[in-house]
Amino acid sequence: MLSFYCNYTIQINKSTTSKNISAQNHILYQKNSYVCRNFTYMLINEIASNINAQIHCIEGNENIDITKAFTSDLMSDVLTIEDSDVVLITGLANIQTIRTADMADIRCIILGRNKHPSSEMLELAEDIGITVLVCPLTLFHISGILYNKGINPILIK
Amino acid sequence: MKFEYKVQGGNFSKAGYASSDLKKILKQLNVNPAIIKRVVVALYEAEVNIVAHAYNGTITIDIDDKQVRIVLEDQGPGIPSIEQAMQKGFSTASPHVREMGFGAGMGLPNIKKNADVMNITSKVNVGTTVEIINYI
Repeated sequence: MLSFYCNYTIQINKSTTSKNISAQNHILYQKNSYVCRNFTYMLINEIASNINAQIHCIEGNENIDITKAFTSDLMSDVLTIEDSDVVLITGLANIQTIRTADMADIRCIILGRNKHPSSEMLELAEDIGITVLVCPLTLFHISGILYNKGINPILIK
Repeated sequence: MKFEYKVQGGNFSKAGYASSDLKKILKQLNVNPAIIKRVVVALYEAEVNIVAHAYNGTITIDIDDKQVRIVLEDQGPGIPSIEQAMQKGFSTASPHVREMGFGAGMGLPNIKKNADVMNITSKVNVGTTVEIINYI
């Protein structure tokens, strides 16, 4: 097993417990305290095997540790990501998906719902060193599996 | 160092070419990666704006030891209200632009967020000029 687990620092806001967090202040809760869960580093190969995905353009990215994931079809949202070690889960399969990942320093993209990359996309991905995973599952399903395995969300700032 | 790129309106397959190129150049110049990311995200959003809204445009990039200055000048419909266009969520993008993953009204706010200095001028039915400066 290549992935390993670490204890995330736990610092719960004293006046707040997870039981009384309403939907409204959930984001505030995440801002003011650390999320109370374990997190995992996963290699791209491990991610692929967990979601039954086909791997394209892995060369050079075999040893990248992925710690977080972001799911979106909106590329402007992806461009707001400041975190590193992020995998992008998307149903948008076009050349701008690859360009956007490049600008956002994302090295691995998961295309859900069995969306297949064009040869132009794969050519660009190979050229700039981005791995593309093609997965038959829905975005919700992929996100759920990876979250369950300990991959973390990006926290809204 | 000065670089110039031509951008063709509507041609999404080439959108982002200048941004990718600038990223490589700044990496070679050993610029701080966090600054590179801010510069290229701002340029990429502005480049996509030309492709999405204008007929054609020119990107001029000037790099010295203190700053990266980018000027994007397009010939296009222009922006009737810059104040409105700067609001998050406001967009006049076509369905085709939205299919490409853009057009949610986040482009200009994203540029502003990532630029140290951003200036925008526009004339309806003539075009728009965006200046982006990041200190390195």
